Amino acid sequence: MKTLLQRNIRDRFMEGLLVFSTIIVLLPLLIIMIHVIIHGIHALTWDFFTQELGSPSRAVQGRPTGLIHTILGTIVVDTLALAIAMPIGIGAGIMLSEFPDHKLNPTLRIMNDTLNGMPAILKGLMAFVLIVKPMGTFSGLAGGVALAFVMLPIIARSTESALMSIPWSIREAGLAIGLPRWRVVLSTVMPAAKFGLVTGILIAFARAAGEAAPLLFTSFGNNYLPNHWSGLILGPVDTLPQRLYSLAISPYSHWHSMGWAAAIVLFALIILTFVAARFLTRKKI
Amino acid sequence: MLQKISSGISEMSYFNSASAGESTGLKNKIPSDPLLRMETRDLTVKYGSVTGVKNITLPVYSNKVLALIGPSGCGKTTYLRALNRMHDLTRGAVVSGEVWLDGHNIYHSDMNPVIVRRRIGMVFQKPTPFPTMSIYDNVVAGLKLVGIRNKKLLNDVCERALRQAALFEEVKDRLKDPGASLSGGQQQRLSIARALAVDPEVLLMDEPTSSLDPQSTNRIEELIHTLKKQVTIVIVTHNMQQAARISDHTAFFYMGDLVETGPTQSIFTKPKESRTEEYITGRFG
Repeated sequence: MKTLLQRNIRDRFMEGLLVFSTIIVLLPLLIIMIHVIIHGIHALTWDFFTQELGSPSRAVQGRPTGLIHTILGTIVVDTLALAIAMPIGIGAGIMLSEFPDHKLNPTLRIMNDTLNGMPAILKGLMAFVLIVKPMGTFSGLAGGVALAFVMLPIIARSTESALMSIPWSIREAGLAIGLPRWRVVLSTVMPAAKFGLVTGILIAFARAAGEAAPLLFTSFGNNYLPNHWSGLILGPVDTLPQRLYSLAISPYSHWHSMGWAAAIVLFALIILTFVAARFLTRKKI
Repeated sequence: MLQKISSGISEMSYFNSASAGESTGLKNKIPSDPLLRMETRDLTVKYGSVTGVKNITLPVYSNKVLALIGPSGCGKTTYLRALNRMHDLTRGAVVSGEVWLDGHNIYHSDMNPVIVRRRIGMVFQKPTPFPTMSIYDNVVAGLKLVGIRNKKLLNDVCERALRQAALFEEVKDRLKDPGASLSGGQQQRLSIARALAVDPEVLLMDEPTSSLDPQSTNRIEELIHTLKKQVTIVIVTHNMQQAARISDHTAFFYMGDLVETGPTQSIFTKPKESRTEEYITGRFG
């Protein structure tokens, strides 16, 4: 039998251990954030948000240069990806959770897990074969499709687990008042799982928004803003993760700091998405 | 007022298929006894290789309360759930035999389970308000979610159903509050109101008071007593005093068999089977 004091000490010790682990988890994130901000903040100028990059001579000669085309490109490519992956991913998730007896289900589960484990660069290759080859050009659309392949399995799986977390009794209650099955899922289960659904989509979005590999031979990259907005979808476009890489390996110091600034913008984009979604799904009660 | 509601409902083609059985001729039709609302013939439910209930032949009389009693695992809930095709969704459950409702076999391939469940409502052991809906939306869910938009009709149904469930006076000033904000007993009456809103002919109740305090239990028992003027009730109960208090007929289940059935008074005062007597006198179960 331990004394109360001993038990208290033990309790405090375990608590300390948990706090310590939490700090270890948070530390890398903090270090990256601080580092990125220190190096990039001074490059976040008016020009950065209003000018296109152009050739390196602009940076070297101190002419106005920025990443407006990259920011717009990222928004277009990521939105396209989300628009493609969200309906399909949610559909697959509903299938996995609500129709476990369906004969397509085991295949769907295996395919989804395989797709999830597939290297991102291969997803780029898939989009290259499916979109870039037939279109004959690199495009924002191809980038969006490639990123949709990244989002799809994550959304499907998170939708499945969000829906599964809703008690089965809710579905039976819906059926018992004579609602068709699809209506039960749509109007009772999905609203109840709203928070989980949105969180899953966001995780998928954040994950895909940070991917550079699938974009290398799909959206390709671009130093200039297209003449027409349709060029962001149908022509080669720039995206933040990919631009970040090419700025970082360039030999120009001004481009290096722009790379850090691009990282800040990428961070901000993802954090903003999270905040917005939390705000939209906040509990009303 | 009831007439108005049913005329509103029959405007929708959705409900017309309820009469699908009639067009198929005699094979799905038996001359119906006006006193008999439902009847099961040789009803057997199996879960894989496990038999839930076997060869149950049992009449359910119109505007009476039938209580299903028996020890845990005797098959009474399994039987109840077969009465509105709730087993359709249970993995591996196989139902054989016949369940007749007003001259139609509800397991006939022409019968749509959605229509069947609209005519045979169900209330579960635990209250199951739809978590994201208000009290009002919960009650009219069975109408609103199949496309009935007529405000006047919905308001009338809501008030009628809440009055039938003896909940109207308590919630009339806060119909827009979430259904989950009510107490347990109120939530259960809300579930009953929701089931009554679609005007079922039969109401199945699976131990509706087992999670409630004595006062709420009382209210629900009183409710059952008044409700049987409008609907036929089949109730599963663990509590023999409750069965004796509220039911007109009692069926005693034991290990998947229907041991004995008859008027409640004779089951409780002069049972024919020794197992029934042993159970109701508390010698086992």
